[in-house]
Amino acid sequence: MTANGSSQVPLSIDDLTVAYHRKPVLWDVSLDVPAGSLVGVVGPNGAGKSTLLKAVMDLIPRASGRIRVFGKSYRQQRQRVGYVPQRESVDWDFPVDALDVVTMGLYRQVGWCWPVRARHRRAALAALDRVGIAELARRQISQLSGGQQQRTFLARALVQDADLYLMDEPFAAVDAATERAIIEILRGMKQQGKTAVVVHHDLQTVPDYFDYVVLLNMRVVAHGDVRDVFTPENLHRTYGGRLTLLEEVSEAMRRRERSL
Amino acid sequence: MEALAGWNWELDGWIVLAGVLCAVAAALLGNFLVLRRMSMLGDAISHAVLPGLAAAFFLSGSRSSLPMFLGAVLVGVLTALFTEWIRGVGQVDEGASMGVVFTSLFALGLVLIVQAADHVDLDPGCVLYGAIELTPLDTVRVGGWELPRAVVMLGCVVVLNAAFVLLFFKELKISSFDPALATTVGFNARWMHYLLMILVAVTAVASFESVGNILVVAMLVVPAAAAYMLTDRLPRMIGLSVLLGAASAVAGHAGALVVPTWFGFQSTTTAGMMAVAAGLILLLAVAFGPRHGVVVKFVRRRQLSWSILAEDVVGLLYRLDERGRQPRPNREALREMLLADRLTLWLVLAWLRHRGEVVIAADAVLLTPRGAARAQGLVRSHRLWELYLVSEVGVDAERIHDKAERLEHFTDLGLREQLSAATNTPRIDPHGSPIPAEHAGEESGGAPAN
Repeated sequence: MTANGSSQVPLSIDDLTVAYHRKPVLWDVSLDVPAGSLVGVVGPNGAGKSTLLKAVMDLIPRASGRIRVFGKSYRQQRQRVGYVPQRESVDWDFPVDALDVVTMGLYRQVGWCWPVRARHRRAALAALDRVGIAELARRQISQLSGGQQQRTFLARALVQDADLYLMDEPFAAVDAATERAIIEILRGMKQQGKTAVVVHHDLQTVPDYFDYVVLLNMRVVAHGDVRDVFTPENLHRTYGGRLTLLEEVSEAMRRRERSL
Repeated sequence: MEALAGWNWELDGWIVLAGVLCAVAAALLGNFLVLRRMSMLGDAISHAVLPGLAAAFFLSGSRSSLPMFLGAVLVGVLTALFTEWIRGVGQVDEGASMGVVFTSLFALGLVLIVQAADHVDLDPGCVLYGAIELTPLDTVRVGGWELPRAVVMLGCVVVLNAAFVLLFFKELKISSFDPALATTVGFNARWMHYLLMILVAVTAVASFESVGNILVVAMLVVPAAAAYMLTDRLPRMIGLSVLLGAASAVAGHAGALVVPTWFGFQSTTTAGMMAVAAGLILLLAVAFGPRHGVVVKFVRRRQLSWSILAEDVVGLLYRLDERGRQPRPNREALREMLLADRLTLWLVLAWLRHRGEVVIAADAVLLTPRGAARAQGLVRSHRLWELYLVSEVGVDAERIHDKAERLEHFTDLGLREQLSAATNTPRIDPHGSPIPAEHAGEESGGAPAN
């Protein structure tokens, strides 16, 4: 599969390798994400799913690889990419309310040094309304339930009005109602022609929720239309053990380095 | 308060003003240090600037302020850079790498200063404790007024820090809360971090000379930490931290004059006392903070356990009445059945009598109609829960009582109705006891039993 740099392709990754201290976390990842699709990224723990999203957004250094977002570098297309980090990645005791968190999605539009204006707050409130928790806008964020916190994050992504969304485990530890709300919003995004790349852990719901799937375990085991790719054999190859030889060789490299 | 009789606005006024300005400047930035969980960095930077002072002295050969100031700020920023770098390279946590960096730099600074001590009065003690009491003596002329140099300098720092926090409020907020998001929306979190560190270094160095290290380290952390206990809104937290910082500066100077006289001493160091005052304010905030305060939490837990005991009392009386048991229990019998201590039960009974839910007649505790109505709701919740646990959740019948006992206290009318619907409006619980109706006098249950 060769990477396609065309401006039609929301996300094109070519030969991406990420390593922490020489230990590869992602290895030779290449894929093109089709426009207007809901893409599930599935794989075992430690397969590098979150790392993939972070590497795309330059949040962690890459050992090699080329990332194209709508045909240009991520830096040039930053405003077209919305990010929903893992819920545990922030301190929920931070003294802000839900509306504040959502408004943060608009800070680029607000601009350096400008205060948040009424229309930004209105937009944020409308987004909270879309995820069904407008009445909790003024609640301090530690007083929200896990599902409500996730909805807050989702509302923040909505106000960003991006074309490509990268979401890290939005369905992790949320209640059933929130899960339904999230999937409804994802489908709404898709209808507007937006693309969402979603790290997902619940295999059962993959065929229902996504129309394109990336099976990841350090490298891309398979990717493509859910109906073609989400097969028992592919799942077995994804979850049936790590790349033990690759790990062994990287361990050998580290031993060699230490003995030098 | 005869010690305060010697208060002289000419002298004490300037000392307090210098303390307040230092407290305000430090507290403004301190909020973001506390929220980023890097309170130590203020401490680290203000110690680490020492070699900067010394090196600047060696290079410029004078004690004039500007080169010393620049040298110190530069080293302060280097501290932040080194800390990040060692954390990345050495794979140790932030605290450990900070500890390595600032102790090394501080030690280097001491060595340099002692080397210089032969030639000049650059005294480590003075740097650490400062000389806030001497504030009024060292003056400069600004626009026709004779002002203490420390006040002018700290005033400038307050203006600088206030402008920084106001202008970059939103950027500081987002990069402290979610650095990854800040970076993806185009506000580079790392740059904000270094900008903040530069200002911390400027504040530390400016305060250093005049009011000493201890005060600025305390003021960078303590007022903000206290404000964090008192509110859960960022603007309010910043405002409060400024007020608390200023208050502890005033209280500290007054304390330094007054407190030692109680023990028969002359006045003590003002900067130290200001830091102590800030510490006391933090202690009060930790104890009485509205949401996280220790006392408040304790009282809330007590209240909950008392209200549960009160419900247990009316529930027990209701069940005893239901079985028609005679004689009616007295207080001692209740105490034994509920395993409560005497004082708590006495309190709870007094409260129930005040609410008109029980009366005490001839030593026996009796339910009033009002108490019976509340008890009926509780017993109904309890038995509905038992039924639900058996039929819907599949819990073993022997183990349901304790679970229902807990759940009944948190079940309101709406939840009871849902329970009733989920279990098909039953009349008998799994133990064979009747489930009381929602309102007294109403026929229990909906569906006819057959």
